[in-house]
Amino acid sequence: MAAPALLVFGLFALVPLAGVVLLSFTSWDGLGTPRWSGADNWMRAAGDPVTRNAVWLTVKLTVLSYLFQAPVSLLLGVYTASRSRHREALAVLYFLPLLFSSAAVALTFKGLLDPNFGLGAALNVPALTRDWLGDADLALGVVVFVIGWCFIPFHTLLYQAGVRQIPASLYESARIDGAGPLAQFTHITLPQLKYTFVTSSTLMLVGSLTYFDLIFVLTAGGPGDATRILPLDMYLTGFRSYDMGKASVVGVVLVAVGLALALGLNRMSGANRMESRQEGA
Amino acid sequence: MGPSRAGRTLTAASLALVVTTATGCGGFGGGSSSDGATAWALTGGSEEAFRASFNSWNEANPDREINVEWFANDAYKEKIRTAVGAGNAPTLVFNWSGGTLADYTEADQVVDLSGQVDGLTENVLPSVAANGETGDGLYAVPNNQTQPIVLYYNKKVLADAGVEPPETLDDMTDAVEALKGEGVVPIALAGQSVWPELMWIQYLTDRIGGPETFQRILDGEEGAWSDPAVMEAATAIADLVEAGAFGDSFGSVDADSGADTALLHTGKAGMLLQGSWVYPNMAEDAPEFVGDDLGHTTFPVVDGGSGSPSNIVGNPANFWSVSADASEEEQQTAIDYLNDQVYNEENVQSLLDLGSVPPVSGLEDEIAAQDDSEHLDFTYGMVRDAEHFQLSWDQALPPDQAQELLSNLSRLFLGEITPEEFGATMDQTL
Repeated sequence: MAAPALLVFGLFALVPLAGVVLLSFTSWDGLGTPRWSGADNWMRAAGDPVTRNAVWLTVKLTVLSYLFQAPVSLLLGVYTASRSRHREALAVLYFLPLLFSSAAVALTFKGLLDPNFGLGAALNVPALTRDWLGDADLALGVVVFVIGWCFIPFHTLLYQAGVRQIPASLYESARIDGAGPLAQFTHITLPQLKYTFVTSSTLMLVGSLTYFDLIFVLTAGGPGDATRILPLDMYLTGFRSYDMGKASVVGVVLVAVGLALALGLNRMSGANRMESRQEGA
Repeated sequence: MGPSRAGRTLTAASLALVVTTATGCGGFGGGSSSDGATAWALTGGSEEAFRASFNSWNEANPDREINVEWFANDAYKEKIRTAVGAGNAPTLVFNWSGGTLADYTEADQVVDLSGQVDGLTENVLPSVAANGETGDGLYAVPNNQTQPIVLYYNKKVLADAGVEPPETLDDMTDAVEALKGEGVVPIALAGQSVWPELMWIQYLTDRIGGPETFQRILDGEEGAWSDPAVMEAATAIADLVEAGAFGDSFGSVDADSGADTALLHTGKAGMLLQGSWVYPNMAEDAPEFVGDDLGHTTFPVVDGGSGSPSNIVGNPANFWSVSADASEEEQQTAIDYLNDQVYNEENVQSLLDLGSVPPVSGLEDEIAAQDDSEHLDFTYGMVRDAEHFQLSWDQALPPDQAQELLSNLSRLFLGEITPEEFGATMDQTL
């Protein structure tokens, strides 16, 4: 039964992946024939300050994005799952960013943040007319914010679905036992959301290894190398400097780290056993 | 030590893989698989002139039509390389001469046109035609307008600050102070796009040390990036940034969206160093400003510098090369097209109507006949009288070095590295 799916996966994922691994041991500029160069690309990538900086930036961006997205998504998810008024209207608003393309979002923010013709200049708010994308210290923060703006709605949706599946009887018995809203949240909602949390975190962490289009349009890795994370480093090395060998090295590293991260998270959380979080259910 | 047998097998396997994937998604009417000659051209810029010229050819030669596809600049640059590498190039390969053309000729991907396109080259200004010659033959011919870098200024803003257009670097420094006092950005600069920053280091290096300085870099001479002329140019840039010449948010200004020209025509900036291709855009966005207040001049001289004040930098033109993968018949069609259509009377006129100047000798009368001849006349004179026309460095250098240059230049402008560090880092790329 799984044969057709495996075949497609092999043809379109594993075969090209093997190609990239092979390319990482050759020297090729996109023209002519790849030349076998052994571990030369790996040595060069390991010693290249730009690529090293990209590794560090990727870690930084992953951590910062996670710290920004996870709590906000959790709280919004719990809030939109509750039965308060205006929830429906707000929920619609929250999910709008899910429908936009990354490139369009990046272009819009680029325009809004323009210090001379953007939001700050239009509304005469000096606090907004900073050199958002041109200052190496601010650019990464802006990128984290815009990524969060794009992806928080999706994770909110996950948490909302998770919260709605928690049986009301659990909350009723907690109330009878005299638990307040905060105690209900920490003793019922959070534990019941464990698997949602694992799923959402895996998507967030592995996803942050693949952020590309948004940053490419927003800053193209600049100013200087301030937002040149690994996927951008791979692209710019391959398709601007035409150093396909070194770009393939970065590609292989990204695949390895992504796989390790996803497997590690699964193993750590015990989500692969997928036992129910409810006694007797 | 040659590659091991296993190594060769692996290489062959990966190459086969790459080629199959490349050709697998390469059914775009590439040269090798289609009937008849093809061309890929760029949208924007002189697109209309290209369209008119291909239409004329196709009407006159219904049995030898050239099939044209249109691409945006960045998309084209990424696609063409893979296509050329996979033997899937269009018959007419659009390029920028320089480092990429050198790569093509080295890999024998384009044909030598020596003696076959005299109908075209005899009219072209020599400083422009020279860019298509590499080593031992003629591999590219110019195909559109010439694009020198011009110092534009807002007459009204400069007059309000009581300054004249700068003729020396010292004048420029004084003008910066006066304009700052008026609360405007002295010089607009699209730092986010980075390539406009190249124009500064190119002109300053040329004015200080002449074109020989960059030639040494091209030749790969050791320590050529730390040459005193480059160092002086980089220091002048650091000083200008320090003095606030480009304002305090040039890193957020984007050239592709025209933010730098908008600063100039809205009176928020006094000067702008940009390619002559921005003129048609400004004429469209701000016709009144272009009519009354737009001034243009050559780049200031530097006291004690050895470069000729007539020297210019920019893109002499864009170029056509003919793909070596195309059949004899397709190559002949392409060569006939070059001789018949490029810079013929109709093509020259459609370029002039776009507000741009083809690099063809003896155009003075045609230019004078245009409605808006002043800017045309100025840019044409610049190119005609230039002792040396330096191709933009990012085009002239091999792609990997060009990327290093852009990234380090950006850091120099941001103040992240000193001129000495800039020179030392770039020396390692030679």
